[in-house]
Amino acid sequence: MFDLSLTETAAALRARTFSSEELTRESFQRIARLNPALNAMITPAEESALAAARAADARIAAGDAVALTGIPLLHKDIFCTRGLRTSCGSRMLDNFIAPYDATVVTRLAEAGMVTLGKANMDEFAMGSSNETSFYGPVKNPWDLERVPGGSSGGSAAAVAAGLVPAATGTDTGGSIRQPAALCGITGLKPTYGRVSRWGMIAFASSLDQAGPMARSAADAALLLQAMAGFDPRDSTSVDQPVPDYFSGLGQALRGLRVGLPKEYFGEGLDPAVARVLEGAIEEYRRLGVEFVEISLPNSGLVVPVYYVVAPAECSSNLSRFDGVRYGYRADSPVDLEDLYTRSRGEGFGAEVKRRIMTGTYALSAGYYDAYYLKAQQLRRLIRDDFQRVFEDVDLIASPTAPSTAFRLGEKQQDPVAMYLSDIYTIAANLAGLPALSHPAGFADGLPVGLQLIGPHFDEGRLLNVAHAYQQVTDWHLRRPPETAIADGV
Amino acid sequence: MAWETVIGLEVHVQLATRTKLFSPVSTAYGAEPNTQAGMIDLAMPGVLPVLNQRAVELAARFALAIGAEIDRHSVFARKNYFYPDLPKGYQISQYERPIVQQGHLDILLESGEIKRIGVTRAHLEEDAGKSLHEDFHGLTGVDLNRAGTPLLEIVSEPDMRSAAEAVAYMKKLHSLVRYIGISDGNMQEGSFRCDANVSVRPLGETRLGTRTELKNINSFRFVERAIIIEAERQIDLLEGGGQVIQQTRLFDPDADETRPMRTKEEANDYRYFPDPDLLPVTVSDAVIEAARAALPELPEARRSRFVEALGLSAYDADVLTESRALADYFETALAAVPGDAKLAANWVMGEVLAGLNRAALEINACPVSAEALGGLLRRIQDGTLSGKLAKTVFEAIWDGEGDADTIIDVRGLRQVTDEGAILALVEQVVNEHPEQVAQYQGGAQKVLGFFVGQVMKLSKGKANPGQVNALLRKRLDS
Amino acid sequence: MSLSADEVRRVAHLARLGIDDSEVAATAEQLGRILQLVEQMSAVDTAGIAPLAHPLETSQRLRPDEVTEVVQREAVQGLSGATENGLYLVPRVIG
Repeated sequence: MFDLSLTETAAALRARTFSSEELTRESFQRIARLNPALNAMITPAEESALAAARAADARIAAGDAVALTGIPLLHKDIFCTRGLRTSCGSRMLDNFIAPYDATVVTRLAEAGMVTLGKANMDEFAMGSSNETSFYGPVKNPWDLERVPGGSSGGSAAAVAAGLVPAATGTDTGGSIRQPAALCGITGLKPTYGRVSRWGMIAFASSLDQAGPMARSAADAALLLQAMAGFDPRDSTSVDQPVPDYFSGLGQALRGLRVGLPKEYFGEGLDPAVARVLEGAIEEYRRLGVEFVEISLPNSGLVVPVYYVVAPAECSSNLSRFDGVRYGYRADSPVDLEDLYTRSRGEGFGAEVKRRIMTGTYALSAGYYDAYYLKAQQLRRLIRDDFQRVFEDVDLIASPTAPSTAFRLGEKQQDPVAMYLSDIYTIAANLAGLPALSHPAGFADGLPVGLQLIGPHFDEGRLLNVAHAYQQVTDWHLRRPPETAIADGV
Repeated sequence: MAWETVIGLEVHVQLATRTKLFSPVSTAYGAEPNTQAGMIDLAMPGVLPVLNQRAVELAARFALAIGAEIDRHSVFARKNYFYPDLPKGYQISQYERPIVQQGHLDILLESGEIKRIGVTRAHLEEDAGKSLHEDFHGLTGVDLNRAGTPLLEIVSEPDMRSAAEAVAYMKKLHSLVRYIGISDGNMQEGSFRCDANVSVRPLGETRLGTRTELKNINSFRFVERAIIIEAERQIDLLEGGGQVIQQTRLFDPDADETRPMRTKEEANDYRYFPDPDLLPVTVSDAVIEAARAALPELPEARRSRFVEALGLSAYDADVLTESRALADYFETALAAVPGDAKLAANWVMGEVLAGLNRAALEINACPVSAEALGGLLRRIQDGTLSGKLAKTVFEAIWDGEGDADTIIDVRGLRQVTDEGAILALVEQVVNEHPEQVAQYQGGAQKVLGFFVGQVMKLSKGKANPGQVNALLRKRLDS
Repeated sequence: MSLSADEVRRVAHLARLGIDDSEVAATAEQLGRILQLVEQMSAVDTAGIAPLAHPLETSQRLRPDEVTEVVQREAVQGLSGATENGLYLVPRVIG
């Protein structure tokens, strides 16, 4: 029941092998057993989930079901869910019951998916290890002493451990792909504008994008199908038809040209990870893919640019959390200033405050040109690098992360070392490109992810390529040992 | 020493939209607190702004009306600061790329001269909410109904040299925005608010002096007074060897003084940057053409047409074009009596405006519609009504008794022009007053008025006074 | 690149973040390291390059001027810790 793909689960639901209600109950039992050690889910929604499951069963019985009807799901706790706590992993929103649904939540609910609850995450999606969550860190199901990556660490760990077959994530600098790689699942960050941001609590508006997290590319294709599409409530949503991602799978890879950016395979990449990726590239060659070395000359600037743009946008986006209309409010403030500084000082964690301060500094008088404007100019150069490369190759392949999952606490004291975990994923956000991470093997028993980056709106090709790889490999089917997790508490 | 005052105005005009600038929530005035504060206005986590098309159209219309450039690629920026009436912690405004750039407005000086005032820019931005300082156990209450309401901030060049010029500019702008229908201009409701930048310099000096900003002055009278006393204050300061400090000041009409706003403990650092939730606003040719089509004949053009084509005096044309509604009213009424603009103008400026004034009504609420006035004018023109009777009929229309023709019939007010009928009345009056006949014939010409009055009385005011006059003279002189 | 304690306090105040005196030195050090990372940008000459604010350089879509949201005041005010008579309450603001 928990090893099936989404299409297999859908078939089983249609064949009445089990009902959605049974699947939902079993899922909550499994969560009760495995989640205490993982801390992947922070807010269960059992009652509404069972109601949704029964509605899905009725829909299936009426012959009115679509592919995802009746399938369990976790939402990253960054998506507003009406009537359900939406904390964003922060003390600031620990008491916040969202008054409306995010578009992504609405769309997946309309497809009949059953939301079991909310997934843990780095506070306001700021982090690469899930250690900044107010609700405590998520553990990597492959090794409970290691991080799952972040910020969508709860979603990745939950899918990897089979708590749910699918989860939503968001990705501002790698927050879907890096945890997908570290937990051994498939995650896709779509083109900027492909999925609506309405109801997704903003971190950095020009970089944020929601996407699917699942075991396989095929499962991710089904999820993306339901998530993607134009939304008039998001000014940056793109009004372009959504192709049929799932039926687009299964096309041969012969003749595909894939670029390997030399800057992504050099210093800083763990040799064990590099070896695993070489194996994956060999596998792709056998499928007929042609690899060429390419250069993205401004790669060295990606992290510096990101750590201006993202904090600058976040410093402004998070100003609304002031203790007045919702969220954490400091006790008995003596004056307005005190209400603001203590509500925010006590409501936000250390990393969020660090980024707000970095961004405030970068935008402040006298620094704007040297930091913010400069970063926006460099952002153009970074995007232009990709445009140039895509005149020659169809896709780019690279490591998703420089290493496998690191130990809890290992990088917590060093923000810059933590920031470098996203060194290969950030560029796709700056350029707005779709990028996917899929399992490519293991190094020392820990999953390694391979990243594929495509031109704007080429999600279909990314999914097709990963799917072809997953037809001839079984890395994505490997499961972490359940007993170790259950005993890990 | 002789001093010169230099004034620039920043006017905030609330645009006449149904919904807010970035939120699909009503902007209707006067609702219960926070019943018009939607998810976006409250800055709920996860919400996003989408720009109101109407606001862009109205800004474009304004640009055309003042001969300005429309930036085809204007950009919204965030102005970051914390305040309870600003839920997002930033105001969405336009900073480096405002939608309207470089226009002008001509004002009429007291000398009769026309002066051109430059409009540097006008940009779209959202209004803030309102803090209420009544006592809520020592707390302030915040109403966010107004938060997000679309404003056009219109910034002039420092081209004005006296309080009177500033008021003339402000009145001109006020009349224009209502004329072209982009704002109701209601000053009580805060739809038209003004900040004045004031500085002084020795006459002949070309560099600008240090300016102060007078915030939120919401009547023409206060603008005039505030500028006058602020300029006096600055001159006194400079003549006393002091210096003007660049600061924001408030005008207190009760104390008749300006005083510095309580300064925040730091200089503001608004950290403007392009709003990443919004994209550049492209104004297409089609939008501009639509704005042009929606633009009525501007007051300037209409005034000269009234003088040149209709033959009205400059004064009459001025009064009649003061508002678009009044000018429309006049022209609708005139359509009933083409070619008799003077008659229509006299009635609109006389009975109509006086009546409205007495009843404290606006022209669009006038009980006598323009069509009804036209019907009345037609009966004056064709001689059916005398001027006196016409006033009676006008009052009856005002009181809701129907149109002019109906009232004339019902009350039997048709003017008597039948010579035989009038002659009969003349005979009767002459025969009944032999003494007065003797006086008249003895040379007392003014007694004629007595006879006219008697005949009119006898006819219940319906006899044509010209004919009465002529027939009386003929009878008495013979 | 390092920040002075005063700069840290200035930035914390601009961002309305309460910061204890005991945290100032550590914050200054961490921000300094982040800024050092960011400083790498200055190695590239960007004269004449137009800033890129959005990955997809498209234009703003416009919304029809129609009321589509009805405000549920009581429901949303339930989220706030301090309301009275429909107003949000804050410590007294200087008028």
